Amino acid sequence: MAKYIVKRVLLAIATLFIVCGITFFSMNAIPGGPFDGEKAISPEVRAVLEQRFNLDKPLPEQFVLYLNNLLHGDFGVSTKTGRDIGTTIFSSFGVSARLGGQAIVVAVIFGVVLGSIAALNRNGLFDRLIIFLSTLFTSLPSFVFGTLLLLVFCINLKWVPSWSPESPNYILPVIALSASPMAYIIRLTKTSMLDALGQDYVRTARAKGVAHWKVIFKHTLRNALIPVITYVGPMTASILTGSLVVERIFTIGGLGAKFVECITNRDYPMIMGTTIFLATLMITMNLITDIVYKLVDPRIKLD
Amino acid sequence: MNNEMKDIDQMPKKSPLSFQIDLQKFEKATDEEKRQQEVMSESVSFFKDGMRKLMKNPLAVGSIIALIAIVLMIIIVPHVVPYGYSDIISVNGKRDKAAKNMAPFTWSEMEQAYIDEGGELFPHIMGTDEMGRDYFVRVVYGTRVSLVVGIFAALLVLLIGVVYGSISGYLGGKVDLIMMRIVDIIYSLPDMLMVVLLSVVLREVLNVDQFPFLRKIGVNMISLFMVFGLLYWTGMARMVRGQILTIKSNDYVMAAKVSGAKAGRIIRKHILPNSISVIIITAALQVPSAIFTESFLSFIGLGVQAPMPSLGSLANAARAGITQYSYKLIFPALMICLITLSCNLLGDGLRDAFDPKLRR
Repeated sequence: MAKYIVKRVLLAIATLFIVCGITFFSMNAIPGGPFDGEKAISPEVRAVLEQRFNLDKPLPEQFVLYLNNLLHGDFGVSTKTGRDIGTTIFSSFGVSARLGGQAIVVAVIFGVVLGSIAALNRNGLFDRLIIFLSTLFTSLPSFVFGTLLLLVFCINLKWVPSWSPESPNYILPVIALSASPMAYIIRLTKTSMLDALGQDYVRTARAKGVAHWKVIFKHTLRNALIPVITYVGPMTASILTGSLVVERIFTIGGLGAKFVECITNRDYPMIMGTTIFLATLMITMNLITDIVYKLVDPRIKLD
Repeated sequence: MNNEMKDIDQMPKKSPLSFQIDLQKFEKATDEEKRQQEVMSESVSFFKDGMRKLMKNPLAVGSIIALIAIVLMIIIVPHVVPYGYSDIISVNGKRDKAAKNMAPFTWSEMEQAYIDEGGELFPHIMGTDEMGRDYFVRVVYGTRVSLVVGIFAALLVLLIGVVYGSISGYLGGKVDLIMMRIVDIIYSLPDMLMVVLLSVVLREVLNVDQFPFLRKIGVNMISLFMVFGLLYWTGMARMVRGQILTIKSNDYVMAAKVSGAKAGRIIRKHILPNSISVIIITAALQVPSAIFTESFLSFIGLGVQAPMPSLGSLANAARAGITQYSYKLIFPALMICLITLSCNLLGDGLRDAFDPKLRR
């Protein structure tokens, strides 16, 4: 087990290193430097500025310096606003984290419950309805769904107030974000639940007269939930990228909205910093998911 | 023929004490009777059988019809509707400045005056957009762009994935190990982030001025294809390799080898029929995911070049006036849903119909 964890951690670090490399070198491949602004600057000033930001050094050395700074928590300075990128990321991430966390909880709870209902009511009315809904949600891009929710419940029906930092209302954005992961969890739970229901130990439990609800909760659901764990990592990624558009739609000033903003502004150091930050988050979640999955399910062979 | 029977065909004489069956008592079966004995069903090819199953699935048939209707629409409509996707509406050669943000099936004042004078105009089925362009044509062109992106991306993924995966699976050993490590690393990259990053970079770096054909497609679209080509083939490659490895180790392949089948026959009769369905389905499911990615990128401002519409950029533009002109969001949104829903349902149907492991 320890060997597996070490191997997995090393792979994660390698991935992170590659992400940093791709981000850094591709951003530097874009023609034009940060000081090619509106005002022309004298060569002396430019030389001083380039020295100040280490731009006079060769690229590989700049990369090493950048990595070194990253390890010290220094993401550099935004070329558009002049603010420290690390501070911007961490201050705006709070809102995104709260939004994303709620979306994960909603997606898991509703996904598992609806998926189990669909499995227990196989080919029944509820099953068809739930599977239809989950197919619909997988075909509905989160930005369309989010905008429709905003249009119907916020603008037309006026049931939910629009989002503002003073009175944050997370209902609509959380629904918009959690829809597609929930749809996926429904399908996942249904398949693994059906699989578990057909197992011998369930038949044995039934045969010895265990109560119906006990069979479902103790013997079936507990085993059916294991595959759902594997989805937590990918779900984090999908919710983080989903928050790019959902935050934009509901005008929530989280990290997602900031990221889109810096893409439109062509604020390259900020794009770089945010990409690396989000990538670290996703890779870490994947790592945790993999390790937890191996810990929970003893049937999985360790290699 | 029957009259000229040779000696050898005649029934032998039976000795009266013999216990042998008296063949004289038997009649030869006529051709008609022989035909009645053929109870075997006609031989059905793998493809035909799959199609027959697919046609029995109402959801799959419905999505095929929907997709055909959409394809027909994007081919026919631009020829029928007299407006262009980037043309601002003009009446009698004069620009109609008032024809902005009109509701479906309405006319602007200039157009109304023209009609009153006896002129004929094509109705604005979905109204007009904020710059005075016919919205129906824009949605149709947007659908065309999105579908083309989806299909080309799927083909690209199919090509790269199948070549890479089959080389890896076929050669095996160290080559396979190294090739699959590369796939592992690309696979573990956070894909959407890399897509966003690469599209930011590629549209700045790419220079296609020398190639008139590529310039027509636009840098943004090319960078979109490149992103797909670079990132999304890994799933396909893994799957193809896995398929080849499992099928190669099956007993029936061994049996075929033992009975002297050549490599070509094994590939044609065993490996291809068993893996092609999964490959096709994976490719089919790539189409909606590519359309999703395209619309996502368009939505955050990284999609196709400006006057050209795509469903994602139309939906994004529609957000500006959502309180007054909500129909402008509904049309492209419906279109995206229709396409992705039918692709997903068709993919499910194909899997049910063509997967040999699900056969009863």
